[in-house]
Amino acid sequence: MGKLLVENKTIVTPGEELAEGMDFLPAEGTFRDKDKIIASGLGLVNINGRLIKTISMAGRYIPKRGDTIIAKVTDILMSGWILDIASAYSAVLSVKEAKDFIRRDADLTKYYDIDDYIITNIIRVTSQRLVDVSMKGPGLRKLIGGRIIKANSNKVPRIIGKGGSMVSMIKQATECSITVGQNGIVWISGSPEKEIIVVKTIKKIEQEAHISGLTDRIKTFLEKETNKKINIEKVE
Amino acid sequence: MSYTKRNDGRKFDETRPIEAKVGVIKNADGSAYFKIGKTVAYAAVYGPRGIHPKFLQNPKNGKLRCFYNMMPFSSMGERVRPGANRRAKEIAMVTEKALLPIIDLIEFPNSVVDVFIELPQTDAGTRCAGICAASMALADAGIPMKDMVASVSIGRVDDKLVVDLDYSEESYEDGTVADIPIAVISRTGEISLLQMDGKLSREDLKKAIEMAKQACSKIDKIQRDALKKKYEVKNE
Repeated sequence: MGKLLVENKTIVTPGEELAEGMDFLPAEGTFRDKDKIIASGLGLVNINGRLIKTISMAGRYIPKRGDTIIAKVTDILMSGWILDIASAYSAVLSVKEAKDFIRRDADLTKYYDIDDYIITNIIRVTSQRLVDVSMKGPGLRKLIGGRIIKANSNKVPRIIGKGGSMVSMIKQATECSITVGQNGIVWISGSPEKEIIVVKTIKKIEQEAHISGLTDRIKTFLEKETNKKINIEKVE
Repeated sequence: MSYTKRNDGRKFDETRPIEAKVGVIKNADGSAYFKIGKTVAYAAVYGPRGIHPKFLQNPKNGKLRCFYNMMPFSSMGERVRPGANRRAKEIAMVTEKALLPIIDLIEFPNSVVDVFIELPQTDAGTRCAGICAASMALADAGIPMKDMVASVSIGRVDDKLVVDLDYSEESYEDGTVADIPIAVISRTGEISLLQMDGKLSREDLKKAIEMAKQACSKIDKIQRDALKKKYEVKNE
């Protein structure tokens, strides 16, 4: 009979034994060594029935197909742009994947210049981590104004919250427009004082993401910072 | 004359007091501080990130690159000339080899993980302190790791085997000294670093390895506690 060696939602370090016996199955962030399941990184244990996985607490963004990210133009090619996507790899946006039709001899800097930030979508990732992105889709555009901050990409699900509850609460409290890229880059636009509050809130979420009762703590934090009451509808 | 009592009054199998902390360098992806007696090591991890020039890239696997540096006024002797020297290059190489068995960079082809080890204060055992700090910093950076590695030096001072030599023991003048830095992979007990300076009998070497394994299991616990402490719930 299998035996669990750790409790759910505890923090484990690489090489820690999580379970014994063949009843449990290793998932993401774990591996099997003979009859034991071992953590393969620093993370939060998540036990789901027979599956044991660890949710990583740190690490660079790993590009995945379908992710909407915020990227920075770092170079311009003959027929596209090179983007920094806050990962170990850069991405390429081809002119074919730009929003409108671009003529062959057009000046590409007119569309996206070096150092511009864009919201874009990953359409392809190869085994060698070559990344292709596209601007075709709703909400994909060049970012003008506002400020960019970099957050830990592993905390993005907590920044967004269940069904977008956390980010909409911050938007409601600060009246800023906020876009969170899956790669951890966040774009904020609003009045300067309110933008600072958003930055502080996101830093707080990053630090306390693994501690339960996050939404309530962020709510009180935002109420204190903005001096106004927030009504949130519970998202189930 | 035999070595009956250690210069600082420790037991023969006792390490110097150890302090460990992670997340000490804000701009790094992962960082750690490891202090053993008067020897202090900082390790900073950057990456996985792109590697240039291109011929250094490995399309099948990620690369680990270590740097070891003693700061100019870190030692008790003469000022250390800044920059890499023959000794630093060798230690960087053995550190890399000590860490390679535990990390898994198969998911990051063509990229590099850089580990910078800086020693602001030294009192012997720097490569061991550096390896301990690097192992923690890699875990803190969220690099996929099978295990963690702890390291300590075992020595023979005159006729006694001692754990964790300090400089006064390393330069003991009333008899011969042998110094063996050993790194042990914590879960499996495998040895990933074994060097020897001085002469030692076969039996003594066997005993030394046993002593190292015991000392390393203690260090390993301190390393893991430090990693977990970063994410501890703070009671406000």
